Formats: sequence, C-alpha cells, structure tokens
Amino acid sequence: MPNNSSESIASHAEPRRSEAGMLASVTRWRRKIGEPIIELCIRLSGILVVVFVFLIFLFLLRDSLSLFRQYPLRRFLFGTAWLPISEPPQFGVVPLLLGSIYVTLGAIVICVPLGVGSAMFIAEVAPKHLKNVLKSLVEILASIPSVVLGFLGIIWLAPVLRNTFHLSTGMCGLTGSLLLAFMALPTIISISEDALISVPRTYREAAFGLGATRWQTLWRIVLPSASSGILAAVMLGIGRVVGETMVVLMVTGNAPVIPRSLLQPLRTLTATIAGEMGETVGGSDHYYALFAVGLVLFAITFTINLVADLFLRRARK
Amino acid sequence: MNGAKLRQQIAFSVLGAITLLIVVPIILVILYIIINGAGSITWQFLTQAPRNGMKAGGIFPAIVGTILLVVGTMLFALPLGVLSAIYLVEYARDDLFTRMIKLSVVNLSGIPSIVYGLFGFTAFVLLLHFGTSLLAGSLTLGIMSLPVIITASKEALESVPLTYREISLSLGATKWQTIRYCVLPYAIPGILTGTVLSLSRAAGETAPILFTVAAFYLPRLPHSAFDQVMALPYHLYVIATQVPNIPLSISFATALVLIALVFLMNLVSIILRAHYRKKRLW
Repeated sequence: MPNNSSESIASHAEPRRSEAGMLASVTRWRRKIGEPIIELCIRLSGILVVVFVFLIFLFLLRDSLSLFRQYPLRRFLFGTAWLPISEPPQFGVVPLLLGSIYVTLGAIVICVPLGVGSAMFIAEVAPKHLKNVLKSLVEILASIPSVVLGFLGIIWLAPVLRNTFHLSTGMCGLTGSLLLAFMALPTIISISEDALISVPRTYREAAFGLGATRWQTLWRIVLPSASSGILAAVMLGIGRVVGETMVVLMVTGNAPVIPRSLLQPLRTLTATIAGEMGETVGGSDHYYALFAVGLVLFAITFTINLVADLFLRRARK
Repeated sequence: MNGAKLRQQIAFSVLGAITLLIVVPIILVILYIIINGAGSITWQFLTQAPRNGMKAGGIFPAIVGTILLVVGTMLFALPLGVLSAIYLVEYARDDLFTRMIKLSVVNLSGIPSIVYGLFGFTAFVLLLHFGTSLLAGSLTLGIMSLPVIITASKEALESVPLTYREISLSLGATKWQTIRYCVLPYAIPGILTGTVLSLSRAAGETAPILFTVAAFYLPRLPHSAFDQVMALPYHLYVIATQVPNIPLSISFATALVLIALVFLMNLVSIILRAHYRKKRLW
C-alpha cells in the first residue's frame, strides 16, 4: 500500500502536527532521493546485461590472445591434430570442430523432422485435452538435466547401440547425436508450435472455404506461412545442440581425432573444455588454448542466435 | 475428394506416430529412473554424507549444496533480471542502446553453459579472488539464468494493461510509484513463474559449476559463501564417470533425487501460474 502522508491522515482521525510533518518529509525524501536511486538501479541493470555479454567476449578474447602470442592463429584454426600434452603440443581445433559438426548434423537430421512433425500434430491435429498432456510431457523433457540423460546414455543407450551396430564401443558420435536430438526436441517443438499457431485464422478459413481438407490447408498454407518461425526453431535447436556439454562429455568417447563416421568415438568443442580444464596448469598454453576453443564456441552460437533472431523477427511481421 | 480425405487420414496418422515416437521415450526415461532409483531412496540416503569413497552412505551434502546454489542464484539473478525487464518495458526508448540490450539478452540465452563456466572461472574465481566457492558458482549460474528471468518478467510487465499506468499517472503518482504499486504487483505471478523455471534449470546444470564451485568429495556442509560445495548434478557426473565400481543403485537414486528436485520446482511454477491465472483481473 502507498505509505504517504495523505493516507495516514485518513487512517488516524487526528494526527499530531509533528507526525504529519515527519511523514510528509519522508515522502518528500522518497521522491527526491529514493526514486532517483531506484531509477538509477533500473538503468544500471539494463546496462549490466550488455556489459555481461561484452565481458564474456572480452575475457575469452584476452586469454585466447595469450595463446596466439605463443602459438600461431593459423595453426590453431587449421591444425588437424589436438595433442595438448605431447611434446611439442599441438592445438589444432579442426578435429574438435568436426566432432561438434558431426554430432550436431546427426542430431539435427533426427530431431528436425520429429520435432516439426509433432509440433504440427500438437498444434493442428490433437484435441485440446491431449494437446495439454503432450505439451506438459514436452516440458518435462525440457527440464530433465543433461547429466541424467548422459548417465542413461552410458548405462543403457551405449550398450544397446554397440550390440545393434556391432561396434567396439558404444561411446560414439551416434550415441551423442541421439541424446542431443532428444534434448533439442522441446526447443524445436515449442517454437515451431508457436509459429504454426500464430498463422492468422483467415488463411485457414480461406483455404477451407475453397474446399481444402485440414491436411491440405496445414501442408500447403499453414506450414509455408510459418516457415520463418520454424527455421528459427531449427536454428535455436542447433544452438542448443552445439553448446550442450555434459551429454557429449559423457557418451561420445572423448577421442580428439578427425571423425570419419558417427559410429566412432569423437570429441566436441564443449567436451574438450569440460574434460581438460581440470588438468591444465593456469597460464599454460594448454589453458589458454581451451579459452580459444571457448571463443570459437562463442562465435558459433552468437552467429546462430543472431540468425535465429532474424527469422523470429521476420516471423512476427 | 475421397482421395484427399484418405491422404489426410494417412498424414495425420504419420504425425501421430511421430509424436508417439517422442512421447514414449520421455515416459520410459522417467519410469526407468524411478523404478531403478526408488528402491535405494532411504532416510539415511537423503540425510547422510557419502562414505567409503562414495560407494556407500548418502548424498546429503550434495542436496544442500544444490539448494544453496539455487538460493544464491536467485538472490543475484532475480533483482537484476526484474530491474532490467522494468528498464526495457517502462523506461527504454526505441533506440540503438535498447536494441543492444535486447540483442544481449538473446545472445546470453544462446551462450553454451560451458562458456559460462569458463567466464565464471576467470572472472569470479581468479580475477575477483572468490576462489572455487558458492559465491562464484551462484554468480555464474545467476548470469546464465538472467535471460530467462528477463524474458519472463518482460512478458509479465507488458501484459499489464496500459490503462493501469495511465490512471496512476493521471492521479499524480510518479513514474516509480506507478511501477511499484500499479504494475509490479500484477506482473509478479509471471515473474515468479519464469524465475522458478530458470532456477530449476540452474539446479540441473553441471557445466557452469565444474570449475567454479563443485567439490568432488566434501562430506560436510559449507561454512561460508567462500566455501566449496558438492552439487547433485556434478555428483552424478562424478559417480557415473570418474569413480569406478560405484553401485548403480546409488547413481540411479542420485539421478532420481535430482529429477525430483527439478520437477518439484517446475510443479511450483505451474501451480503459481494456474493459481494467479484464476485471480487475473483482465
């Protein structure tokens, strides 16, 4: 409740003069000094968000530059071997980058059709009560911590895949791709569903009026109209997959070699940082190299998010 | 026309099958963990420290550690997130700077969790000399939770009708009084829902706490904000991959406790949303 003087006068039948005067001065103080302070805090908080992004970039850049003073940038970007503790060490990011790309492509091939398909089902086909159940289930999936899925990958999925494909180990790219696809589904489903729902009703009514079936309307009218939003969903899904750490650290076998197929062990950018950071000596080349890997990751996800944001903006128009 | 109807039947069946292909694994995963983990959840498991190289005993320090981390994250991220949202909705003009803030929020939400871990390590652990500590971990998780809190708060503030503000201002209230008494109270449900949701994510995160707070094995409770703690997700990672010969039942039970904690927070958020939606005035 507003705690100003006029109200307290109303609540006390006959306030003493000094009390009313004191309250008035408190109110004045609040307006003259309290409010500018709060408004300053509000403005500062707005600025702080920008500062954080900037700082994250700056810290990554600073430590990456420390590496590039010792180790040429060209050999980092195009080097085909990641051998951080051999003598001399090699910090070629290509195997890790390819590891990330393989796992991501694998995951996207699996989860985009599934995600968009089920978004279409949830948005257009399912009756209302079923829709709510399905949406809650997707929310449940979104909230399962990645380390739990990684754990299930180790004890359940990896052995299953090893036996199915007769592999020497189930800890391989495919295990990671499958789990990451599963994890990216909620992102893809919920954003695609939003895109489908926000297609104007008049589009549908016009199509129905021309005698189109619900499926024809969905496939030829609604889906193309929602394409920007669905593309944004796919981009954000890719961003999620590229940045995911624990699952790939736990199940992809941690072999920093150039992958030839998804059925062999590999290692991603994220898993390299998580796996090796604990073993490095602060200030060593290896330590700085991990920040350079972080910078590469930052650049990739930054670009993906910018593109996704662009698609979302276009979808809103 | 019959052909078109048939095609619709087939297409919808395919879409239904796809949805089933997603839904069934979700249910299986949850059931699998509950069935394998529930048997090992005892009072001792929840209230004792790990013993015998984590092969026996409980996970009490990890539960406490995760709860403390969530509280620390909230203390940092909630005020900051709400204030930034207030700035974006109530103060910001449509200029370059505002666009930069919005873009920063988008990008913060896309930065991989492990990069937050790297940042937290250099900024809080090393540069500010917090060491591997509850404080450093909470700040790292806090920055990570910011975008979700800001987005949710922004939506909640924007959904308060403009007339509320106009009436308050026309009665002579200042801008802050208007926000404080006529906008914020109605936006609080939405803000809380988003906050609890983002905190439930923070509770399950492992990568950002790897180098900023998590202790491999620390069978006691922290003494201060500058102390390390064990945390449930990191503990599960450790016993699943780093230490050999841990009984599977302990890993499953840990996973179950972690999932239960996260679901409980989600449930709170859902109940909040449902409760306030009923009381909504517009």
